[in-house]
Amino acid sequence: MTTYAGVPTGADHRLSMDELAAVIARDIPAGSFVNLGIGQPTKIADHLPADSGVVLHTENGMLNMGPKAEGDAIDPDLTNAGKVPVTELPGAAYFHHADSFAMMRGGHLDVCVLGAYQVAFNGDLANWHTGRPDDIPAVGGAMDLAIGAKDVYVMMTLFTRTGEPKLVPRCAYPLTGLGCVSRVYTDHAVFDVGPGGVRIRETYGVGARELTERLGLTPS
Amino acid sequence: MSRAEIVDSADAAVAGIEDGSTVLVGGFGLAGMPFDLIDALIRQGAKDLTIVSNNAGNGDVGLAALLAAGRVRKVLCSFPRQADSWVFDDLYRAGKIELEVVPQGNLAERMRAAGAGIGAFYCPTAVGTPLAEGKEVREIDGRTYLLEYPIKGDYALIAAHAADTLGNLVYRKTARNFGPVMATAATTTIVQVDKVVEPGTLDPEAVVTPSIYVDRVVQVTARQYTVQGAR
Repeated sequence: MTTYAGVPTGADHRLSMDELAAVIARDIPAGSFVNLGIGQPTKIADHLPADSGVVLHTENGMLNMGPKAEGDAIDPDLTNAGKVPVTELPGAAYFHHADSFAMMRGGHLDVCVLGAYQVAFNGDLANWHTGRPDDIPAVGGAMDLAIGAKDVYVMMTLFTRTGEPKLVPRCAYPLTGLGCVSRVYTDHAVFDVGPGGVRIRETYGVGARELTERLGLTPS
Repeated sequence: MSRAEIVDSADAAVAGIEDGSTVLVGGFGLAGMPFDLIDALIRQGAKDLTIVSNNAGNGDVGLAALLAAGRVRKVLCSFPRQADSWVFDDLYRAGKIELEVVPQGNLAERMRAAGAGIGAFYCPTAVGTPLAEGKEVREIDGRTYLLEYPIKGDYALIAAHAADTLGNLVYRKTARNFGPVMATAATTTIVQVDKVVEPGTLDPEAVVTPSIYVDRVVQVTARQYTVQGAR
């Protein structure tokens, strides 16, 4: 089932990753405990309003992580999950790895935002391994986050460099988690995914009908 | 011996580590990496080691140097491939090292189980993925879980901020990472610290690793390696 009638157009152009980060920051409920993984999603932190009350979790063992550290503030003992030096905010807390992952698995984390190679219409996620024989597999905390956070959002480009959709009927890459993604934020549109199928929430510089055709969604 | 021993050098701290040992190595990237203990282990010469650590070495120091010295047979880790993991990458592609990829939370929890006397546990992580292969599957209250077994070390090499002479440990910021869990999961836990203090100096409310888990402690000069694994 796909719906596109009345889908709001959020912008007249394809979003940059920074613009997309701002869209995701807008949608994160105030006061949430949030994990932003590594890479692109960490940009979302720069767009959270100061009064959002969002507490950032980093899986290497910290709550209320602050912005990236610069200059003299760089402390080798204080990094995020991407090993980038960061700072601590008032009210920060440190804990060991088993506790950090119990926070996810135990259902205490509200939202995590991950990158992806592919997401399936039913919410299956593939983001850890291309499956190529010469590729060294590296999973990190992706599988734990995928099954742990109450809401798993994906942030990615909608198409590969060669124009293949990354929102697909069924993932071709090795899976990270089954049916775990609830929302997919892309440069062209935002989608809800899951057992009920795909719903386009918002589009950027492209019509919902055209997207439906390019992705092979079933029009409602 | 049950009481922790304060030793004079990193070399004395790693004395007796046998060939073929399973060694838990603390650190997340370079934060919390026990550099001095690893360098001493390279000098000590133990080989055919199985290393359990979050990463498989960054740059040319610490764990990467141990790998480069050809002492490691197998690595269990969650995230080997990084921008600066060239030592591991070359060994792996040349077929000179075995790799078992373990999701990060399972790595921690399997060591926690080992330290807590848990025989195995059911965990929802990795259900339906290639990492579920060969694992017992069980449905509990409508959710699917995999049976995960403990990871026990012969030795743990970890870094903490300070110890008292009994072996109680406190850590610093995110350098804590795997230290407290690994300390519980090894037969012999060896710790390098920036300072050793007298009992009564550490706030008992703030002790993270109680001395019962600690076997050997050595004070080292803090090294401020810049983080370089960013990706």
